[in-house]
Parts: sequence; C-alpha cells; structure tokens
Amino acid sequence: MKAKFLVPLLLFFALAGFLAFGLTLNPREVPSPLIDKPAPAFSLARLDDPARPFALEEMKGQVWLLNVWASWCVACRQEHPVLVRMAQQKLVPVVGLNYKEVRGDGAINARGMALEAETALAIERAQRWLDDHGDPYVLSVLDIDGRVGIDFGVYGVPETFLIDGEGRIRYKHIGPITPESLQQVIMPKIEEVRRAG
Amino acid sequence: MRAEMFVKPVRRLAVAVAVLLAAALPAVAQQAAMPQQSAGPGAAPTVAADPQLEADVMELSHKLRCLVCQNQSIAESNAPLALDLRDQVREQLAAGRSKNDVIDYLVARYGDFVLYDPPFKATTLLLWGGPVLLLVGGAGWLAWRLRRRQGELAAMHGLSEAERRRARELLAGDAKQSSSESPESRS
Repeated sequence: MKAKFLVPLLLFFALAGFLAFGLTLNPREVPSPLIDKPAPAFSLARLDDPARPFALEEMKGQVWLLNVWASWCVACRQEHPVLVRMAQQKLVPVVGLNYKEVRGDGAINARGMALEAETALAIERAQRWLDDHGDPYVLSVLDIDGRVGIDFGVYGVPETFLIDGEGRIRYKHIGPITPESLQQVIMPKIEEVRRAG
Repeated sequence: MRAEMFVKPVRRLAVAVAVLLAAALPAVAQQAAMPQQSAGPGAAPTVAADPQLEADVMELSHKLRCLVCQNQSIAESNAPLALDLRDQVREQLAAGRSKNDVIDYLVARYGDFVLYDPPFKATTLLLWGGPVLLLVGGAGWLAWRLRRRQGELAAMHGLSEAERRRARELLAGDAKQSSSESPESRS
C-alpha cells in the first residue's frame, strides 16, 4: 500500500485509455443487423427499361454489390469515379439502387406530386446524371419512395451492400467507397465470399 | 481594461471551438440527408385522421431513435428518414399491427440502435449490470473500511494503566496552565 498515491494517476490513465479508444469509433456507422441474413426481396422498375422489373433472384449465383445512390447525393459524386474504375476493370458487378431520386432532393417539394410524374422526373434526372458522370452499373433500379431502402436499413446515401451467390448480405459499407476502402476492405471481403461460395 | 482582458480569452476560446468544429465537419462525409426543406404550405407532415391512432404513433415514435440525427427520436427529428419511418409506423399501426410488431420491424432493419430503451441481453450485460455492480462493490468496500476502522479504534482504546495515569496528569496540568493564563498575557 506504499504506492497508494499512484491510484488516482492509474485511474486517470484508465479513463484516458477508454476515451482514446472512443475517439477511434464513428458513431455515424451503425452496424447492420442484416449481415449474413438473406437480402430483403424486392422488385423495382429498371432505370433503362421502367416497364421491366428487376428482382433479387436475377443475380443468383453471382457475388455482387448493391450500391445506393442518388443524383442529389454529394458524397456519391466523390465515390463515383471509383465505381467507374471498378467497372472498367470488371472487378465485380454493381447494381445501382437509385434512392428517392426526386423526393430525397431537398430542393424539390415532391409532396402532392403524382407518382407517374415523379417517376418520369426521376428517370430523367438519374439518366442525365449517369450520362454526365459515367454509368458503372450493370443496371439501376428506381426506389422512388425509399421503401426498399428502409428494408435494407439504409439511413444515408451512399451505402453499399455485398451480396453473395445465395442472396445473403455479407457486408455493408457506409459512406462513399474510396480507393483505400476498396483495396483494404471491400475487395478482400469479395475475395473471401467468392472463395467460400 | 479589465473587461477587455476578460473578453480576449473568451473570444480566443470561441475561435478555437469554431476551428475544431470546422475541422470535424468534413469527417461526416456521408450525405446524411439533413432536413433542407423549408416548411412550405405543402410540407406539413401527414397525420392520421384518428386521434387515438396518431397518439399511438407519436408515443411509439418517441421511443425510436432517428439514425440521421442520432440524439433525436423519430418523433422529434425532421430528417426525411424520420418522416419516412414515422409514416411506416403510422401505416403499420393503421393496418392493425401491434406496437411490438412495429418495433420488431424496425429492429430487424436498423438493429437495437433504433431503440432508446436497449434490451437486456448478452451484449448489454455490462450496460444493465454495471450500475448494480458498482453499487454492490461500493457498498462492500465501504463495509470493509468501516469494519477495519472499528478494529483500529478498538485497538486505540486499549491503554495501559500507566498510560491512563499519564494522560490524566497531562490533561490536569494542561487545565491548570490554561486557567492561570490571563487574557492579557495572550496578546
């Protein structure tokens, strides 16, 4: 008990240690409960052919990414060149989930807008954006009201889901994909899922 | 002059805080779809016609955390996602689902994070058990200290006869001395 005077100092270091660890955490990244669970089934209109619905089953047997995007999303602009490069290198098929293209845009008051008019506007805006910035997607689907987004637990754009050949979600990336996160996290995950499947 | 000296550090602190905030902002790179819409004539949130249903919706919404503005419930937040989730809650309650069904629906998608009242399970054991642990531990430590002190006091009571006599003499001598002292001699 001679070193009793050291007790407050040690307590301080313990507290500082906890706080330092806390600084490395990002409270905006909420872990998804959907990891390793079957991706929620959906059927949505394709951007290139709105009369044709796209369903999850069409990607069966492939390891692929579902990328949530919108033309009003600023961070999507940051991530887009990475997606385009991924498409050029044919790393992995990416399906785009266009999230609330019209009503998600704070500049537009979409309340009271008829669904047909909103869909037409969404297609026009989304297509123009892809024409301007390049289209890295095998196809994009339109989630006009964000309902499918809720099923996937989307709470911000962009988000990206890694889905395996059996339609299970294996990983969720929150925020824009950067060259670093692609190389250090996403590609290793894809390789892992491919090996396992 | 004095007021100025006071103002300067305060202003410097304010500038430092502002700089820190500005530095922290780009870290939030994900577009968190903050409420940008000004409340125009058409922007009023939807409300159920049945007041009882709306009351239920609001009661439940107050227990659910918004994932965008994380320290607000979906009842308080005006983020588009909170509006969407409130609509979901309203729609499902109107369809006759129970409150627990709606909570399960949201937890299945967003995890326990949406609950302001975290459930008791293995991962939250420390959260729920921690305060009890601290209380029991603190009470135990206090009891131990008190017993030890009692032992120490008891040991101090055990004076020998010689010691008692000496103590009495000292006390008596002290009393005599202080009584002979006059107020003047002290100053």
